[in-house]
Amino acid sequence: MQPGEAVAILGPSGSGKSTLLNLIAGLDRPDTGTVTVHGVRVDGLGEAGAALYRRSKIGMVCQFFNLLDDLTVADNVVLPARLAGMARREADRRAAELLENLGIDRHARAYPGRLSGGERQRVAVARALMNRPPLLLADEPTGALATVAGQEVSRLLAELNADGQTIVVVTHDLALARSCTNRTVKIADGRIIEDIGARAVAWETGAAQAAR
Amino acid sequence: MSALGKVVRSGVGRRRVQTLVIGLITMMAVAASVLGGTLLVVSGAPFDDAFAQQRGAHLSVEYDAGKASAEQLAKSADAQGVSAAAGPYRTATVSPRLDSGMPEWPMTVAGRDNPGKGVDGLTLTDGRWPTDPGEIVLSADASLFPALRMRLTFPGLPGDPQLKVVGVARSVTQTADAWVVPAQMAALTTPGNGGYQMLYRFTDADTAAQIAAGRKAVTANLPPGTAVGEQSWLTVKKTAERDTALYVPFLIAFGVLGLVMSVLIVGNVVASAVGTGTRRIGILKAVGFTPAQVVRAYVGQALIPAAVGTALGVLAGRLLAVPVLAETEQVYGSSTLSIAPWVDLTVIAGVLALVTVTAWASAWRAGRLRTVDALAVGRTASAGRGRWAVRLAGRLPLPRPVALGLARPFARPARALVMGPAVLSGTVAVTFTVGMGASLGEVTKARAHDAADVTVAAPLPEIGPAGPVPDERPAADPAKIAAAIEANSGTGKYYSAGTARATVSGVAGTTAVTAFTGDASWGGYTMVSGRWFDQPGEAVVPTGFLAATGTEIGDTVTLNGLGEPVTVRIVGEVLDPRYDGMQVFTDAANLTAAHADLTDISHHIAVKSGTDVGGYVAALNKNLAPLDVTAMAGGPDRGSDMVVTLNTLSALLTLMLVAVAALGVLGGVLLDTRERVREIGVHKALGMTPRQTITMVLTSVVLTGLAAGAVAVPLGVSLHGWVLPAMGDSAGLHLPDSVIAVYDLAQLLPLTLGGLLIATLGALLPAGWAARAKTATALRTE
Repeated sequence: MQPGEAVAILGPSGSGKSTLLNLIAGLDRPDTGTVTVHGVRVDGLGEAGAALYRRSKIGMVCQFFNLLDDLTVADNVVLPARLAGMARREADRRAAELLENLGIDRHARAYPGRLSGGERQRVAVARALMNRPPLLLADEPTGALATVAGQEVSRLLAELNADGQTIVVVTHDLALARSCTNRTVKIADGRIIEDIGARAVAWETGAAQAAR
Repeated sequence: MSALGKVVRSGVGRRRVQTLVIGLITMMAVAASVLGGTLLVVSGAPFDDAFAQQRGAHLSVEYDAGKASAEQLAKSADAQGVSAAAGPYRTATVSPRLDSGMPEWPMTVAGRDNPGKGVDGLTLTDGRWPTDPGEIVLSADASLFPALRMRLTFPGLPGDPQLKVVGVARSVTQTADAWVVPAQMAALTTPGNGGYQMLYRFTDADTAAQIAAGRKAVTANLPPGTAVGEQSWLTVKKTAERDTALYVPFLIAFGVLGLVMSVLIVGNVVASAVGTGTRRIGILKAVGFTPAQVVRAYVGQALIPAAVGTALGVLAGRLLAVPVLAETEQVYGSSTLSIAPWVDLTVIAGVLALVTVTAWASAWRAGRLRTVDALAVGRTASAGRGRWAVRLAGRLPLPRPVALGLARPFARPARALVMGPAVLSGTVAVTFTVGMGASLGEVTKARAHDAADVTVAAPLPEIGPAGPVPDERPAADPAKIAAAIEANSGTGKYYSAGTARATVSGVAGTTAVTAFTGDASWGGYTMVSGRWFDQPGEAVVPTGFLAATGTEIGDTVTLNGLGEPVTVRIVGEVLDPRYDGMQVFTDAANLTAAHADLTDISHHIAVKSGTDVGGYVAALNKNLAPLDVTAMAGGPDRGSDMVVTLNTLSALLTLMLVAVAALGVLGGVLLDTRERVREIGVHKALGMTPRQTITMVLTSVVLTGLAAGAVAVPLGVSLHGWVLPAMGDSAGLHLPDSVIAVYDLAQLLPLTLGGLLIATLGALLPAGWAARAKTATALRTE
């Protein structure tokens, strides 16, 4: 992957999409092989090392948001920055800016449980971007959302990529892959079976629809 | 606030059940420990301090002045093992009369030039030491209320000597009730009365055997029978510490139970907190928390409520200690007892260390979990343990929710095993408290001697502004009262009891002599050993009397101060903790020759079978009206503040333990229902009603509750069997079987179900939550 790319990982259930993402994020370790991200050998990191790596290199968005229910929206977003040692005032300013950009600043003091699915996913995105990570990982980011909310998240990711954010999206949603990525990697049984550009994805989608 | 601080604060604030449970159990453990520790410390400190300061006598011996000279006795100070000695001091037993003419109880007076220094250095608490004949210093511990400038007369002595009270002193080993200058003693001693007192300190005096060896050494060169009484400092110390020492075994029992529960439940609750928070831990790690930070966060989450609980526990322990300390302060007069800060600090450090270690161990394990596994909690299938139990329970003719509930502990055996001891501890506490209540009831009954159906009590004295005033009314003739009782139809058997005060050689203070006319053996006197008196010259005494006088069953003892000395043979040991056990029960005929002045004469009646007690009392009162006395139904009511305090304290501590045990169950069941919420959702989607859901959750703790109850009851009975005799020892009592073997089958069976009750109580709230959960929400839960 090159900086600025947005890559969609596609594949059927059990193909290894989420496992790949977990390996990149340092949440899991490969049995064999190596994982190198931004010059860092992730597979060789210990638990503490992996935590430091995630703080600085990775932003992650999950299907079920993974927000801390007992922290407010603002506190959830600020958390990675404070862990990384960012000054409180600066972290608050950055969180406010992100929440405003994502259109959820009015919920800053609310707890995640009170937000809709789309709003929660925006909070998750804000938190993922807090430390300006070189790589944003999204695991089925629209999987738990209604169509409209899913489209909003899809648009958001596209905008982020347009601003230069490198993104890896794991999904089985071709529409999401088409709308917010410029490269698609298909995997099955843990192996890459295809690596195509965004136009090809668009063509493939159109052909599939025509065939129906 | 740091990221860690935010996470800790939100964890504490938003997880209220866990926070409350941790806070409560630490509060209970700390309260019991502070109370127990404080009592342990103060029970010994004041006496030991005073004894060291006054160089108290390890042994005071009363000698017969007719059998040995002062020179011979002085030489006893040279015996082997004696490090210091004082005396011989002349002593006499005298019965003073106050200015008001009120007769007082007999007391032991010793003649001393000065308060002394080397042995038994008296502390003057008021006034001065007598310098001339005609002056006296009273002991602060004597039965006579010490007031300066009060005049005492001694009508029984030649020349009617009169003494003015010039001071008040305290002897830590209570060697006498009053002191005068030696020149005064001649006027206070009648022929045949009086003796010498020697006070000894020994190089080794820590045990009763060492004291006995010392006694043997100092009397070795004296004619046989010269020593007529003695008092060991160990006996005085035990009596002085009795009030507080009584609580110690009982508090140790509750303290150990509380500690065991603390370890179990803090572990359980913290493990539950970590268990329910596993996904949260996964998120924290995904966001960038290191394992060490996760551990610190969860230790912090446990420590904050534990610290609050500890603070409240110290406060509660101190408040509980106040009434007990107040009683002890009274024993030592002006000395003020306070709770030693080091007790608080030790307890605080110990409990917080316990919570830290427990929380650290649980959180460390969770912190080491692979992040991806932690995040997957709730989304992955369970390991499928206990499926055999579900199949087996399904074959039983039970409703499906009951079968599912009964099989649940086998799916999570570790959780059931942790929950079990919490229920067990609670049930042990309940069993113990029920037994202790019954035992204290037996002691109270034995103390009250209230087996009579009807009592004719002595009229109460009139109380004036300055206390009791002399009763000018002629006392009712006991013989006439007895005749009225005899004449009343329905009278079964009866006896009368009167009281006199006497002294026993070598023992300071007075002894209450209860003299009976008629057979009083049925009156509710519980024998510890020996038998009730039935021959002339026999008596029974409480354990305290035997200990204080160094006598045993079969020995004879001489009672002074009754007009003439009376010698009785002890044939039985009776359970009676009143007056520190300084009582003698005997037949009134034994005191006739001594012309003892019996007071407070009461009559105790058992009516014939089938007699209406109310009607009997009414008829008897008609006959008694001319005699100015009244009969009443029942025996004398002699409640005890100590018993009430012990019962209240044990009930309070048991309630705390039961509440904490139920909270421990609540934590476990809550965790279980949260984990199973999807499964519960599936059941509800398939048609399980809220009532059936409650049944399923409640039955999931039935086996745990029953098993814990079955194990807890024998443990509680054993604990009772250990604590009660220990409490008896502390109080200077030998407790008979009737006080210790108080459990019967009718009590034990319901107690066994106590475990089930506690477990069900704890599971009620989570069961309600599970029943109310919306099916759709439950199904959507990760």
